[in-house]
Amino acid sequence: MEFSELIRTGRAQAELLPGPEEAPLRGTLCVTGHHLLLSPGPPSTPDLWLLLLRSVDSIEKRVAGDSGTITLRCKDLRVLQLDIEGVEATLDIARSIEALSSLESVITSFPFFYRPKGLRLGDAWHFHPPERYYKRVARETNAWRLSEVNQDFSLCSSYPRAVIVPRAVDDDALAQCARFRQGGRFPVLCYHHAPSGTVLLRSSQPLTGPQKRRCAEDEDLLRAVLTGARPGAQGFIVDTRSSQAAKQARMTGGGTEAKAAYPGWKRLHRPLERGRALQESFVRLVEACGDTEQSMDRWLSRLEGCRWLAHVKEALSTACLAAQGMEREGACILVHGAEGTDSTLLVTSLTQLILDPLSRTITGFQELVEREWIQAGHPFQLRCAHSAFSHTRPKHEAPTFLLFLDCVWQLGRQFPLSLEFGEGLLLALFEHAYASPFGTFLCNSEKERCLCEVRTRTHSLWSGLNQPKEQRKLRNPLYVPNPLAIWPSVEPQSLRLWQGLFLRWTRPPEPSEVAWEKVWQIVTEREKTGDSAHSFCLSSQPKQ
Amino acid sequence: MEHIRTTKVEQVKLLDRFSTSNKSLTGTLYLTATHLLFIDSHQKETWILHHHIASVEKLALTTSGCPLVIQCKNFRIVHFIVPRERDCHDIYNSLLQLSKQAKYEDLYAFSYNPKQNDSERLQGWQLIDLAEEYKRMGVPNPHWQLSDANREYKICETYPRELYVPRIASKPIIVGSSKFRSKGRFPVLSYYHQEKEAAICRCSQPLSGFSARCLEDEHLLQAISKANPVNRYMYVVDTRPKLNAMANRAAGKGYENEDNYSNIRFQFVGIENIHVMRSSLQKLLEVNGTKGLSVNDFYSGLENSGWLRHIKAVMDAAIFLAKAIMIENASVLVHCSDGWDRTSQVCSLGSLLLDSYYRTIKGFMVLIEKDWISFGHKFSERCGHLDGDPKEVSPVFTQFLECVWHLTEQFPQAFEFNEAFLLQIHEHIHSCQFGNFLGNCQKEREELKLKEKTYSLWPFLLDDQKKYLNPLYSSKSQRFTVLEPNTVSFNFKFWRNMYHQFDRTLHPRQSVFNIIMNMNEQNKQLEKDIQDLESKIKQCKNKQSDGVLTKELLHSVHPESSALKTSLCLKEQTLLPVNDALRTIEGSNPADNRYCDYTEEFSKAEPGVVSLEYGVARMTC
Repeated sequence: MEFSELIRTGRAQAELLPGPEEAPLRGTLCVTGHHLLLSPGPPSTPDLWLLLLRSVDSIEKRVAGDSGTITLRCKDLRVLQLDIEGVEATLDIARSIEALSSLESVITSFPFFYRPKGLRLGDAWHFHPPERYYKRVARETNAWRLSEVNQDFSLCSSYPRAVIVPRAVDDDALAQCARFRQGGRFPVLCYHHAPSGTVLLRSSQPLTGPQKRRCAEDEDLLRAVLTGARPGAQGFIVDTRSSQAAKQARMTGGGTEAKAAYPGWKRLHRPLERGRALQESFVRLVEACGDTEQSMDRWLSRLEGCRWLAHVKEALSTACLAAQGMEREGACILVHGAEGTDSTLLVTSLTQLILDPLSRTITGFQELVEREWIQAGHPFQLRCAHSAFSHTRPKHEAPTFLLFLDCVWQLGRQFPLSLEFGEGLLLALFEHAYASPFGTFLCNSEKERCLCEVRTRTHSLWSGLNQPKEQRKLRNPLYVPNPLAIWPSVEPQSLRLWQGLFLRWTRPPEPSEVAWEKVWQIVTEREKTGDSAHSFCLSSQPKQ
Repeated sequence: MEHIRTTKVEQVKLLDRFSTSNKSLTGTLYLTATHLLFIDSHQKETWILHHHIASVEKLALTTSGCPLVIQCKNFRIVHFIVPRERDCHDIYNSLLQLSKQAKYEDLYAFSYNPKQNDSERLQGWQLIDLAEEYKRMGVPNPHWQLSDANREYKICETYPRELYVPRIASKPIIVGSSKFRSKGRFPVLSYYHQEKEAAICRCSQPLSGFSARCLEDEHLLQAISKANPVNRYMYVVDTRPKLNAMANRAAGKGYENEDNYSNIRFQFVGIENIHVMRSSLQKLLEVNGTKGLSVNDFYSGLENSGWLRHIKAVMDAAIFLAKAIMIENASVLVHCSDGWDRTSQVCSLGSLLLDSYYRTIKGFMVLIEKDWISFGHKFSERCGHLDGDPKEVSPVFTQFLECVWHLTEQFPQAFEFNEAFLLQIHEHIHSCQFGNFLGNCQKEREELKLKEKTYSLWPFLLDDQKKYLNPLYSSKSQRFTVLEPNTVSFNFKFWRNMYHQFDRTLHPRQSVFNIIMNMNEQNKQLEKDIQDLESKIKQCKNKQSDGVLTKELLHSVHPESSALKTSLCLKEQTLLPVNDALRTIEGSNPADNRYCDYTEEFSKAEPGVVSLEYGVARMTC
């Protein structure tokens, strides 16, 4: 397919209003296969203004007289306005943007064409393979092994090629387990907590169905988990659905682990919102944040009504529950909901952030996102197809990953010294998850990524982010490694709206950004003076 | 002492307010003449000043003992369980007596002795000099002068002796105007903007009823507008809601009729009265005190209390003032009913927006002395220092502090002081430990001989100023000469560090502030060291050319300077737990990961969690 078929008008004269505080930009507007360009013409600066078409969430056109206005609402919640000369041009450009921004095909998307200077293809793709994580686990315990039973994705289409499973369970048994779990997602290890010797596992729901089916291999696997931890160890199954919803799932073939079948394991239900309800919560919050005229009462009631912060609280406290079980009670934890690709990952990844100091470093956090979200099969392409502005009815969209980022931000606010990364990294991940020149968040699973050859034909976001020039934006200048678990407060008084994301474009430039710059200054100054004082001392020493 | 029957009770339990698993600490409760003291088994002390106690409640007897709930004016709430009902009853009765004194002379300030001699005490009181402050603003000048009309408190008992009025306003005009104003509080100068030659003036409502007029009052207002050489019209801002002001007309009071006064523009700004504010705070605290509060209940509670709406109203009024002066160059006259609550809020906040001096530590003290203390905000009644009418109590000053806090959040570099400073001031308006906030007006304070019998708070705060410095403050930044806050609704947040200042579990576990403060200090010290060393090396070179090397020099260029040492061991330093015997705004320990129970299911299963937690924390620290 040729993009040129979709581009009706190549160019037009236009004025761009980027936001309430920024100056308008005039120039020639140009639609290309992947971008919207605005070139300000020779007298002013040669800088191009560029927008990835993929990041347009919704488009609105209005014509009056012989000019038109296009309002672009972007997936990163920015709202742009384009005033275009000529009615025909306006309509054509609007139609072109509409068509190009909603292309479904993965292999014609921009990451397959993006070739930035200074990066080599395939560089960082083997940055965080499961093998590497397994090495870490193997150093701590030998109760686990790396299984390549899913080498050809036949057992589970949403798992990576290699997974970590109990040493006592062979690949044939795993195949049986996979048949007993929805989507083949049998229980696998996601984190080994060395201080307590316990493990965190995830899976999908068991397919018990109305007949309360059982699966001996699945029961064996979970028994092996407990004996692998220590004799007599206890386990908790954290089900992210209400007990009623879990029971109802039996009617459609799903269900939950029967108490009698899994001795030593106890079930806890912590219902987390998912799917459409979560998407609607996101949409309503963004709507409320776009209204600068509303009264205090209206704002507070909308903030309450959208329930977003309630979801943050639920997610965090469920993760705390799992972490508490592991660290304080010495129990193994298995987390699952229904498919095990959304709220399950939310809980397991947050639990690791709370417990594991390594996951709070920049590399560790990238590895966590790669391992617990991308390779674990969170369907990014479906979930992030649209952001909060889309007019189409949501089908598979849900801001689960954004909810995770928000929870991480809350952790960072409560422990400002314990995360090596700052808000900048979280904002970048949010943007790239929805629309990105990099291939990292493309597709829904490893299997699809292999089919599309994402790893060989696109650049990885991690190599983009890990360039030295990006570091100041992403790093937390105040980071001090903290070897302990970080227990957040989950009281509503302690949770805040993430203004840096939800009000990023409606608010005038933040004075706190200036303050943050000052913090950087103080920190670097300290390093500098510390160094020079030190070298002074050394240089003066020989005189003695 | 006659109120104290039991001075010591052992085996008392202190319950955690927010824990879901009824965690408690056991310790000993002591009752002294001034404080209630609880020492738990880890020797951690909790001191509660009797004057801080707002209410004491004895709940129904339980199997473990008799519960005693104490609510404090600084928003601390403690829940004790006393094993024997008799002890509980004794303490309850003692606290009831001790927390509500009938006479000023029984307040803590009259017995508090910080070991200073009389001249130090006097110096302390002279630290803030309002005459000096008016000079700084640029008065007296050709348009404004000091009036001696109230020198003996003859015209207005609740005003200070020294008042600044327009030069062309004669004494008969002032006297006439004061007779037309509620409580005799006629229009006087509160803040003078030197550059714009415009003024913020304050007064109380006119006794206009439905039609009454007063020529002197009209003259005085005209004199104020004439004192502004640039702009002839002035704003008259009535800070009340229009309905309240209209209702006052029936009682012979009311507001200015624009037809009778030349060159005025009249404006209502709609801040509610002290009773609405009191019940609003009450509602807010009720919501926050709920155990296991859900996010939705919290926000609907916050909305229903109306608290943030009131804060926004005060802020909007102050912005109106600042804009009138900065943009239109117009003088403003502010009043409410009596001109000592809402008027104080709006005038002081307006000046704070306009003048960066008030955003320094010293300047903020001056601002409070001027617009609140000297102009007769009734601190003793509003804070309930004595056993009096509970309907007079209202968090008007707390709201002012909260507005300032919101400004510090929006302009993190504009203030020399930090949040701890605001909290400390709030602590002391209720503590009755210092004389500044006792009494309701200057006349009363003189009669109480406060300056001879009590101490001033300000020198103590200044001595401690290190604790209150904002490390991000940049005094030079031109951007911040006039603050223009944005009052869009989402800029107003619940002030957790005020209303939950003693609920440690709710706070961020690590404080950025302390760390940056430390770094700043070290930067300065290191720079100084480098300079020292550089100059010494120079010296050294000179002397070497003379062939002399003194022993002193060798000693001074020691490889490990003290500052360097501190910087190198910064990490260990910050790992030390901070002393939080009295209060902590934020945890400041990077390794602090205060753990709390997230579910009851686990804690029921294993009761040994508490001791385990302690052990783990100790081992890893």
